[in-house]
Amino acid sequence: MTALLVEKLTKRYRPDRAPAVEGLSFALPRGATLGLLGGNGAGKTTTIAMLLGLLVPTSGRILALGHDMASDRFAALARMNFSSPYIALPHRISVRENLRVYGHLYNVRGLEARIARLAEELQLGEFLDRPAGELSAGQKTRVALAKALINAPELLLLDEPTASLDPDTGDWVRSRLEAYREETGCAILLASHNMAEVERLCGHVLMLKQGRVVDEGSPARLIARYGREDLEQVFLDIARGTRAEGVA
Amino acid sequence: MSPLLAAAERVWGLCYRHLALYRRSPPRVIELMYWPILQMVVWGFVTAYLAGVQNGVASAAAGVLLGGVLLWEAALRSQMGFSLSFLEEIWSRNLGHLLVSPIRPAELVAALMAMSVIRTLVGVLPAMGLAFLLYAFNILAIGPVLVLFFAALIVMGWAVALGVTSMILRWGAGAEALAWSVLFGLTPFACVFYPVSVLPGWLQPVALLLPAAHVFEGMRAALIEGRTAWGHLAAAWALNAAWIAGMAALFMGQLRAARVRGALLGIGE
Repeated sequence: MTALLVEKLTKRYRPDRAPAVEGLSFALPRGATLGLLGGNGAGKTTTIAMLLGLLVPTSGRILALGHDMASDRFAALARMNFSSPYIALPHRISVRENLRVYGHLYNVRGLEARIARLAEELQLGEFLDRPAGELSAGQKTRVALAKALINAPELLLLDEPTASLDPDTGDWVRSRLEAYREETGCAILLASHNMAEVERLCGHVLMLKQGRVVDEGSPARLIARYGREDLEQVFLDIARGTRAEGVA
Repeated sequence: MSPLLAAAERVWGLCYRHLALYRRSPPRVIELMYWPILQMVVWGFVTAYLAGVQNGVASAAAGVLLGGVLLWEAALRSQMGFSLSFLEEIWSRNLGHLLVSPIRPAELVAALMAMSVIRTLVGVLPAMGLAFLLYAFNILAIGPVLVLFFAALIVMGWAVALGVTSMILRWGAGAEALAWSVLFGLTPFACVFYPVSVLPGWLQPVALLLPAAHVFEGMRAALIEGRTAWGHLAAAWALNAAWIAGMAALFMGQLRAARVRGALLGIGE
């Protein structure tokens, strides 16, 4: 069953400029994780913004959990969620208050119990009543993840979920995401520059360059196709327009 | 859960976010009361001075000046309460999270209006109490119709705030100075301290397009003549309906345009 269906998605900010995203099509099944890879300006943020309804596509169609984002986005938004280190939570109110705010915005039933459970699972207990702005980067990431999971989403969009985290905390976040996906069958779309993270979490990867998909496949298949040892080398080949000898 | 209750909970969620902020920040609460009280104290002394110079008109002058100050503060606090609550989301880089949550634009506006009312009451009620204690001016002497005057000014504040917020959506946080200045600029045309008839003839129709001008005409009729100016009250509410409808359409149009332009991705940065 498809959680997210994208058809010929195009965004052109100005008629006299090249499109930021052009003709993007993909399907994300429930329980799967799809990686969006590309250098700066490749169109990842624009794509995620369109998937969230924050940006209106120039053309194309997005079906999220069966809802057309052009006409019925709020029904979809109630069942999905989003996390990015580049959008903050109100930093002067406490972590618990932040989670209450978003719990109400997502009409979460049994909100206090849900917060308690997330606090336990994501180890938020020691700073649950501290202002969000006083937390370390790792703690903020855990809080952002708790906010993203507050409504038990069926579709999760993550933009650089482990950016600026130390390897241990990053690994811990990835484990939590894997566990959540296994427990709930949630579909995850992940934009990341961390190739090891993408290799570990994603079953399928879209390689974006200048707003278009230039290649796609499972991490293992892409690595094999490019004759490389890891996804980072594949990424560099694509970003620099170079390919190992013998690659079609 | 019914759709109406779900919408009410989302509105409450956003109000809770702002109330939690005030609970943790006493200076913000003090700031809400500071300007209305300061304005009232200054105009109270002006009134006391005028009372000493011209005894015959002292009582009427006191009512008109202090009543004008207190009611105009209601419009100012209402507009700022709405606009600054919206700006708070931009300053804290939280607007993106809000706009990808299930809260509808109309619910966002409803929450901002609710916060505007709370901020206005917290700001203006202490000033009204102090006006009575310091200068024996009881604004409640206007009568029950005071509630309708007060509410009309709050609604006018929302209309202006919707316009200001639309400008912020159009031009980004660079337009935030409008949140402090726009309504002050309307003060001469709102005829807070003098009748509309004092204005030049060509300017009077402009003033009468503002709900506030009718409210203050009505306030003067109540304080000086002891009558309720129902015509001005009706005009104020009819104009409010038109202004709110127009500004709400502008806000929705700018929000849609911002979603097309991609302006919401970097707003506030």
